[in-house]
Amino acid sequence: MDIFASLGDGFAIALTWQNLALALLGCFLGTVMGAMPGLGPSNGVAILIPLAFTMGLGATPSLILLTSVYYGAMYGGRISSILLNIPGDEPAMMTCLDGHPMAKKGLAGEALSLSGIASFVGAFFATWGLIFLAPQLVKIALLFGPAEYFALFALAFMTLGGVSSTNQAKSAFAAALGIGLAMIGVDTQTGVPRFTFGEVHLYDGIDFLVAIVGLFALSEVLIFLEHRHGGSDASGKKMEIGRLYPPLSMIKRCTPTMLRTSVLGFIAGVLPGAGASLGSFISYSMEKRLVDRENTFGTGDPRGVAAPETGNNAAAGGALVPMLALGVPGSGTTAVLLAVLLALNITPGPLLFTQNPDVVWGLIAALFIANFMLLAMNIPMVGLFTRVLMVPSRILMPIVAMVSFVGIYGISGSSFDLMVMIGFGVMGWGLRKLDVPLVPIILGTLLGNAMESNLRRAITIDNGNWWTLVDSPLSIGLWAVAIVGFVLPVIVGRRVKAKMQQRRDEEGALRD
Amino acid sequence: MSDRIFGVFGILLAFAYAMAALAIEESFLSDAVGPKAFPLILAAILGLSSLAIILKPDAEPRWPALGRLAEIAAAVIVMIAYAQLLPEAGFVIATAFAAGYLAWRLGSRPLEAVATGVGTSVGIYVIFHLVLGLSLARGPWGF
Repeated sequence: MDIFASLGDGFAIALTWQNLALALLGCFLGTVMGAMPGLGPSNGVAILIPLAFTMGLGATPSLILLTSVYYGAMYGGRISSILLNIPGDEPAMMTCLDGHPMAKKGLAGEALSLSGIASFVGAFFATWGLIFLAPQLVKIALLFGPAEYFALFALAFMTLGGVSSTNQAKSAFAAALGIGLAMIGVDTQTGVPRFTFGEVHLYDGIDFLVAIVGLFALSEVLIFLEHRHGGSDASGKKMEIGRLYPPLSMIKRCTPTMLRTSVLGFIAGVLPGAGASLGSFISYSMEKRLVDRENTFGTGDPRGVAAPETGNNAAAGGALVPMLALGVPGSGTTAVLLAVLLALNITPGPLLFTQNPDVVWGLIAALFIANFMLLAMNIPMVGLFTRVLMVPSRILMPIVAMVSFVGIYGISGSSFDLMVMIGFGVMGWGLRKLDVPLVPIILGTLLGNAMESNLRRAITIDNGNWWTLVDSPLSIGLWAVAIVGFVLPVIVGRRVKAKMQQRRDEEGALRD
Repeated sequence: MSDRIFGVFGILLAFAYAMAALAIEESFLSDAVGPKAFPLILAAILGLSSLAIILKPDAEPRWPALGRLAEIAAAVIVMIAYAQLLPEAGFVIATAFAAGYLAWRLGSRPLEAVATGVGTSVGIYVIFHLVLGLSLARGPWGF
């Protein structure tokens, strides 16, 4: 088997002391960041990218560190959902529904360890899914020409709002704004400066890392300042954990649920525009419909904890498939991971699998390793992470802000970039207030140039004929999916969103 | 209402973007599409989506009271001052002040704010500069 041989090579790369240490560090930091309300997976990875970059880590080690953070954050989000009824990040929202009632019944330890196991199962199967599905997708992607790529990028932007989006006009605005920002700088094909207004610093364009850290991390700090939310959410609440291992009968009862939702979550993750939040949402809804005969869901049913946790971790793995195989991420956090790759000068997409197999398979092996580490960390040591919830944000947020500044300053050493980052922070705050999604802006600044050059290449090949964009069945198919994906939320979006929103706090612009 | 104002702003932005795109100098060695076409498409999308936002605005967001807005403005000014003074004052001093200010405004008592500021600054300096070797801004005293 080809795949197993490659996977073996991957393990050979990942199993060095340095990489194992980085994976351990990443898992730990990720769980902490996922656990803290206000610091989600996108935020966490965003702050760490410039650091991994300036520390001079190679491509594979940085990827191992940051994807461990990504998986770790998916695990960590559940802790505050269960103990405090406050989702640590958005995908963990559904875990509140049954997790917190369980904790109230005195079963907090069982809920935490069961959800840890559920997270492990979801992520484990999704990583296998990634191994088998990504190479197949690569085979299709190799048939893509520039016109198809342009359609694929359009598809990514048009479906990014997801089925849960209510205002597609705002998603479209955000995408156009992001791509528009990417246009700043010297045009790569003709060499003329665009939108630079004579400012020399703008000639190489806006660094997407500056945009990401500003939009995600700094705007979060401003939101906290606005509410003067300086205390810790855990203060004044007692957090009894109790026994740390779930009874075997509970695991047995949840096994079919976990297996079903692994598949469902994985599919939700692979599909464009879905992502981890939707993965956990549909997993919970499906299980409620399938197995909830005594109406126990919502009152602390262990299966209601296992379903969304398996679903969101499986979706997190599934979302890596389009990101690695096509270079087109389907969710906010994978957009941030794409930024990691681009910052390391690695272009994801079909060629990645043939040109940098060490990166791909090293990464996949690292995902397995990280997953086992997270299981080991999250069950016996969960008490440690609950302590993290006690850190008040009046201490945490200044640290977040300063680490963001250090990271960006470390890349370029220029005050100009810091000013641009502050500008993005203020813009991010305003847009979040207006409920404009930030992820399309990020994706726009990341992919804008690639999108434009594919458009121009396609049309130049066909001597200036714009109809070449819809000339092949493949591109017509992609455009059709894109249009359906854009129009569908206008029809069904309000219903789905209303259901998901029932349990969500107001500032959810950082959706995954 | 906020959405309507935002939409008007968006249309102005689209218009300005289109103007700036039209002002791009074409090189004589251009491809079939040229550097202007794609930005013009983007300006059209910006304009159309802004129009849709004006026609069908969402519910009004909850804007903070004037005092909180002033709070945010003050924090932004402190951050800008931080960005400008970083190369002159050096990393440790500038960061201690900025982090201390943010901690204070988030509700720390003065003593705790000073401790947070100094702790953050020295902590980052030790971990990132001394241990990991990241180069940080040097002030007149070399730190």
